[in-house]
Amino acid sequence: MLADSLAFIFATTLMYSAPLIFTALGGVISENAGVVNIGLEGMMTLGAFVGAAVGYYANDAWIGFLAAGVSGGALAFLHAVACVTFMADHIVSGIAMNFIGPGLSLFLSRFFFNGATQTLSLSLDVKIPRPLNGVFEQNGFFDMVFNQYATVYLALLMVVLLWFVLYRTRIGLRIRAVGEHPKAADTLGIDVFRIKYMAVIASGVLAGFGGAALSVAIVSRFSATLVSGQGFIALAAMIFGKWRPGGTLAACLLFSSAQGLTVFLGRADLQRLLPIPSQLLAIIPFLLTLAVLVGFVGKSRPPAAGGVPYEKE
Amino acid sequence: MSNVKRGVLSASPIFRTLFSVFTGLLVGALVLFISGYSPLKAYRVIIDGIFSKPSYISYTIIYATPLIMTGLSVAFAFKTGLFNIGAEGQFIMGALGAALAGAFVSLPPVIHAIFAATAGIAAAALWGGIAGYLKARFGVNEVIATIMLNWTALYLNNYIVNLPGIKRPAATATAFILDSARTEVLPLWKISEAGKLWRAAHPVWQDILRTPLNVGILVALIGAVLCWWLLNRTTLGYELRAVGHNLDCAEHVGIDINARMICSMAIAGGLAGAAGAFHVLGWTRQAAELAAMEGLGFDGIGVALIGNASPIGCIPAGLLFGALKYGGSKLQFALRAPIEVINIVIGSIIFFVSMPKLTQIVAQRLKRRRLGRGEPHVG
Repeated sequence: MLADSLAFIFATTLMYSAPLIFTALGGVISENAGVVNIGLEGMMTLGAFVGAAVGYYANDAWIGFLAAGVSGGALAFLHAVACVTFMADHIVSGIAMNFIGPGLSLFLSRFFFNGATQTLSLSLDVKIPRPLNGVFEQNGFFDMVFNQYATVYLALLMVVLLWFVLYRTRIGLRIRAVGEHPKAADTLGIDVFRIKYMAVIASGVLAGFGGAALSVAIVSRFSATLVSGQGFIALAAMIFGKWRPGGTLAACLLFSSAQGLTVFLGRADLQRLLPIPSQLLAIIPFLLTLAVLVGFVGKSRPPAAGGVPYEKE
Repeated sequence: MSNVKRGVLSASPIFRTLFSVFTGLLVGALVLFISGYSPLKAYRVIIDGIFSKPSYISYTIIYATPLIMTGLSVAFAFKTGLFNIGAEGQFIMGALGAALAGAFVSLPPVIHAIFAATAGIAAAALWGGIAGYLKARFGVNEVIATIMLNWTALYLNNYIVNLPGIKRPAATATAFILDSARTEVLPLWKISEAGKLWRAAHPVWQDILRTPLNVGILVALIGAVLCWWLLNRTTLGYELRAVGHNLDCAEHVGIDINARMICSMAIAGGLAGAAGAFHVLGWTRQAAELAAMEGLGFDGIGVALIGNASPIGCIPAGLLFGALKYGGSKLQFALRAPIEVINIVIGSIIFFVSMPKLTQIVAQRLKRRRLGRGEPHVG
């Protein structure tokens, strides 16, 4: 019974963490290059829609997933044009993304799905697969925990990949240099604008993946309230994770484990033992995050040149 | 070089905003055109939908009212160096507080309305103040804190409105507020026999009073002026801005920066709470269960940005936003065109607002061309 309960909580945690991890990593890469990306929510929403829509018409979730990345990247390109080329206020442009992304998603949804603000469902056999299905004993502990959608494993892999790129490669060093001290980086011959463009576009691609990890894996379609706020949660996880891939992963897992606990406590068998109103249960993840922030603070420090437009002399 | 720079920077914020609005509307037209709708027809529908009847204008103002107030909330926090993403949650708390005080307390008219509004504003000020306190005392980034508090407010609201004794039978909302707490313009008189007779004789008012016109817009306008006055004409405002401008410097000259941060977030919260309170007292008369965020707080961020983060600027920005939202809502019916084009337009306006450098370049080109033609130099 205890093992089953734990397995249920772990499984839910992992499932809900994937969209947050992708999106929050998007924030990490962009902000390490000195571009604040508060538009993650908008890019994630667009990705969720495009993933579900393309997935539906192509009848293939992976094509949808890739298309979601492209759409997120395209929206992020606009953000880069504003922030890098035209030295925009990053917050203002990011907020614009949060109007354009969802607006465009619903507009296109109505256009391609007969006036509806939700897409039609992918058939279950073309959803994102569960690669470890059948590897473990059916309904055993490991099966329950690790029989996840491929997107979960991709998200975890992406954490390692981004850590490696940022801290172990030349391009990562350049990205961080541009975020910390663009002028010094420029003096050393680094193409500051190009690095920033690349980082911001990559950030949008990841946020798009994050949206699709919701719409073609956890559920099988896009609807108007599917993303509602998860991009902001991812943003919070990135700040909480101190702008680093590992810390961000921990923050995403913390948040989704609170979600897992909430789903667990909301199960009918537990509600009989411990009747807590569902609305109060739903508050847990948010209060827990706040409590942890208060408890573990230590000032978090963003990249030194974050949010500051860079102008070449 | 420095002369050229000064010339570039001379493009005024007003030009920037007008240019952005124009370009944003152009983007909307383009999106409509590409999707096979006539942009001219669509904008005609929107403009008619805003201006062609007195009741439409009234509705536009009613739509704009909470947007101006949440815009003020965000703008006020901006001016003091804080980013209030929490207007959404503060709006919810304001609406809830006002609904409860309006429904479950008995007081004479007017006094009751003032009491209920105060209750809503106080609840929201507390909600904003929590974020300020967490930042001042524990260094918690206000962006994260307010995002979490938004969701906490949403679910807390859903819990409270469904409690027995508070919930209205056969609805997922609170009991209606008492008539004594309503801030609608003469809500009872206008449906009385005398009121009906008078309205029949005054067709314009007849049409306007069809709408839930309420005192909220006056509160919003007074609020904007008060914010401006507080920020620019008082010692407290000076200190708040000093904290926003340079934290270390403010601390050095002896300003209690922690107290000022809490104060600033509480005021911002109260402003968003006023939006929620007057939305309930003047229009909906209830706090309802929310399936998702309604977005009036997030829209406030847009209003504040289009209004150049100035309290007075929030008035035209809120009216524009409200007009687009109300006028745009008619697109679906008239043309079967997706109303979400309005969000694309608003997003595009904010996008262009974010790029002063672009508008400066445009302003310069325009100026140069005008000079080139030998016309008198204006502005």
